[in-house]
Amino acid sequence: MKDVIIIGAGISGCTIAHLLAKRKCEVLVLEKRADAALGASGANSAIIHSGHDPKEGTLKAKFNLLGNRMYEDYCQELQVDFKRIGAFVVASGEEEEKTLWGLFEQARKRAIECALLSGDEVRKREPNVADEITMGLYLPTTGIITPWEVCYAALEEAKMNDVDVHFNEEVMAIKKEDDHFVVKTDCGEYLSRYVIDCAGVRADEIAGMLGIDTYSIRARKGEYYVLDHKGYFTNAIIYPVPSNKGKGVLAVPTIHGNTLLGPTAEFVDDKDDDETTDDLYSVKEKLARTMKNIPYQNVIRNFAGLRPTGSNHDFIIKEDEKVKGFIHVSCIESPGLTAAPAIAKYVVEELLHDQYELKTEFKRRRKPLIMAKLTDEEKNHLIKENPDFGYVVCRCEKISLGEVKDVINRPLGARSIIGVKRRCRPGMGGCQGGFCEPQILEILAKELGIPKEKVLREGPGSEIALMKLKEDL
Amino acid sequence: MELICINCPNGCRLKIQKEGDDFKVEGNLCPRGRTYAINELTHPLRTLTTTIRISNGIHAVLPVISDGQLPKDKIKEAIKVLADVEIKAPVSYGDVVYHDILGLGVDIIASRDMESLKKN
Amino acid sequence: MKEYDLIVIGAGAAGMSAALGAYEKGLRKILIIDRDEEYGGILQQCIHNGFGLHTFNKELSGPSFATECYRQIKDNPCIEFAYNTVVIATSANHEVKIQSKKGYETIRGKAIAICAGSKERSAGAISLKGARTQGVYTAGCAQKYANIKGFMVGKKVFILGSGDIGLIMARRMTLEGAKVIGVAEICPYSNGLARNVKQCLEDFDIPLYLSHTVVSVHGVPRLKSITLAEVDEKRQVIKGSEREIECDCLLLSVGLLPDVGLLDEMGAKLDRFSKGPVVNDQYQTSIPGYFACGNALHVHDLVDYVAMEAKKCGENIADYVLNHNERPLSIKTKASRGIGYVVPHYLAEGRDVEISFRVSNIYHDVSLKLSSGSYEKVIRKSALLPSEMVKLNLKKEDIEKFADELVLEVVE
Repeated sequence: MKDVIIIGAGISGCTIAHLLAKRKCEVLVLEKRADAALGASGANSAIIHSGHDPKEGTLKAKFNLLGNRMYEDYCQELQVDFKRIGAFVVASGEEEEKTLWGLFEQARKRAIECALLSGDEVRKREPNVADEITMGLYLPTTGIITPWEVCYAALEEAKMNDVDVHFNEEVMAIKKEDDHFVVKTDCGEYLSRYVIDCAGVRADEIAGMLGIDTYSIRARKGEYYVLDHKGYFTNAIIYPVPSNKGKGVLAVPTIHGNTLLGPTAEFVDDKDDDETTDDLYSVKEKLARTMKNIPYQNVIRNFAGLRPTGSNHDFIIKEDEKVKGFIHVSCIESPGLTAAPAIAKYVVEELLHDQYELKTEFKRRRKPLIMAKLTDEEKNHLIKENPDFGYVVCRCEKISLGEVKDVINRPLGARSIIGVKRRCRPGMGGCQGGFCEPQILEILAKELGIPKEKVLREGPGSEIALMKLKEDL
Repeated sequence: MELICINCPNGCRLKIQKEGDDFKVEGNLCPRGRTYAINELTHPLRTLTTTIRISNGIHAVLPVISDGQLPKDKIKEAIKVLADVEIKAPVSYGDVVYHDILGLGVDIIASRDMESLKKN
Repeated sequence: MKEYDLIVIGAGAAGMSAALGAYEKGLRKILIIDRDEEYGGILQQCIHNGFGLHTFNKELSGPSFATECYRQIKDNPCIEFAYNTVVIATSANHEVKIQSKKGYETIRGKAIAICAGSKERSAGAISLKGARTQGVYTAGCAQKYANIKGFMVGKKVFILGSGDIGLIMARRMTLEGAKVIGVAEICPYSNGLARNVKQCLEDFDIPLYLSHTVVSVHGVPRLKSITLAEVDEKRQVIKGSEREIECDCLLLSVGLLPDVGLLDEMGAKLDRFSKGPVVNDQYQTSIPGYFACGNALHVHDLVDYVAMEAKKCGENIADYVLNHNERPLSIKTKASRGIGYVVPHYLAEGRDVEISFRVSNIYHDVSLKLSSGSYEKVIRKSALLPSEMVKLNLKKEDIEKFADELVLEVVE
């Protein structure tokens, strides 16, 4: 019997698992896909919002504020990148300026560091902000992370501290029996005292397995362009003034110097539909109102993510009133990434009543080896020690064989081309894997001890090699 | 009849007409165009390039080329024959890897050197 | 710090030919760097024939062409190769940071030749929309999988773009046992050489859909279908023309871009149209001592022309290093009506110069007009195709007559 089963290895599931791993309890994480952060947590704006925006009195407001304050330390603990690059909410004309004043008041009330600047002052700092912009709200506490990196790091440490993690395992049914749950998957059956529902866009379906129908979730698609990391476009995040459809179309620098442009916000009926569409054109249209000199010639990719938008328009973070022991962590759309560490703390300390004692020992993950962060001398030293770090596999992002091997052989190691790409970036650059993928495939085959034909892009059914030459003649 | 010459990147637009026992070819920049056009009408020929499996080579397959042209309709058959061929590294550029394919009098030769994989 | 007369980045046809040219004109300490484990670059995966007629007077495959280039310099004690070595950065003072299993090292060259070839435009670069799916590849990547690694990334293949690599892969995959359903080209004409349309598509009854594009890709985890649509003269999708085509692989052959990463990072001037660096008639870029040739300068149609251009570039480099010959930027070349780009971007008096350019549309029975001040020259052309690079020799006697700008245009 497990103490806790967490369903879903997105940012909520991973951060909760990480916190529970520090305590004396038995935890199992069930994830239907092949890796962590493959849903909403892996396809979003990657921002740690300041907390200026959510409506007063909502859980979104509460956990956003708490989360933002925790993030720097949290990322340090996990040994992942966090950069407090700041943000501007920019307005054009009287109507929008009025909204901005409102946001300014709200931010001040929440003790969020902020300042109102004129359009010219904003442009002095961010010259690519559109000429039409007349006012900007500066929010210096806004930050960025690489969302999947936080998920991998949290789950890796959880795993190293005895949390069970099962990928490619889908929950099919849940029953409540006396004081425990029986969770049936496509691979087996598990018992636990608590079930924490972190199933993203499908959290309502998981709850539905226990007859809970107090809310529903719709998938709201957000589409983005990604720009290659060359030249300056913007140093801080640029938000338009928010509307009832959300935070609008943003320009967001990423940890690795790329820029995200987006998202759109359209409801879709199919919760698996993360295809990009013609709606991408609306990104260009809307962005033209806040930015200029947008280097679309540097677009290297587009992608879409699905936000789990709840029928009640707020996060649901509570123990179910009827089904005791079933904990909802659902409808975690924006600012879910920011809120995650605060939500995890609340779940463990409040909803689980602080009942599990702290372990005396907690294993820390091995520091990731990232060549780009080393000085020339350090690089040389590392290469002398292990020549694999000298051999460059991905020349766009300058990633070495040593780094690729490292992310495959970690406790929560990469198992696929995408797994490697997300963990250490080969394929993230201008050529999008055109040059390096064949090599990554061979490294994966060798390190995992599998034939090349079995190497996957992401999950089951995504083999790269479909046939040998002359096989079907 | 109009044809595009495949001999070189010029891709000459050829016009060919039968004149008694002979052919009249126009549009070619060199004599190879005339030969190509006549062959294309009487018995089309193609150079065969493919790969064959190689063991212990630095790559999984070795590029090969026919040392002369083959009838166009024999290309697929020739490739099928080569599907069963596997050679061992090292190989030198120009080595015959398959002699007289389909009895057509054409050899298949290695397109490059391929060293054997160093054991280390 | 190790010092060289010339550091060549890239050991493909351009790099090897540039080294040869530089050696023949007197340079004695040349290093060729390549990220790969062997010479040849992309030629090693271009196993088809059609190379070499102009440079080696025989028809060769890509690997054979590379071998012939290599044999000209392999025993030359003045030319050294560094394989499995990547250039991390270059600087204006000619320092080149390289990384390999041997370490992270800075070396210096009196001159540096960028012979890094080109890269393929990716799905993201053309804003292909749709699913995150397995099975969408650039043609060159699929070519590497097939011709080097020995396996195929699709059984039922559709190809977007009629560039030569796409056409070559259509034939290759067909002969190796895959079904190639068709090739879509957004332009109303093929972007590949006519002979490749003939021998790679028509020989195998593979349809070429002109004025068509692939709008989006569908299927998770593997590609199940694509949406093919017709486009109008402005290359906009004609609503209602969309149709679904089943396939498990989409290859993209939608253009090559000169790999100018290192030059770009140093702030070199780039040509918006060729996408390569701006160069003078020595092939020197706007960063002194940095030269570029081959596909890193502008995308060629034939490797033979890459080799010829690179050899000349190498000779110029020797002249620059040994004689400190700096060519003035007296005459600017300008691509006008119907011309995509012209290389080099600057000419100067005193020597014959070969210029290369591409037209931006299909032309039949037209004239090429060169004009500069009172100088004017008209050349009749029966056909000008965007898929073919055009070369013209300018005599120094003519160049002497030029004003400060030479305009090239197509006159119908």
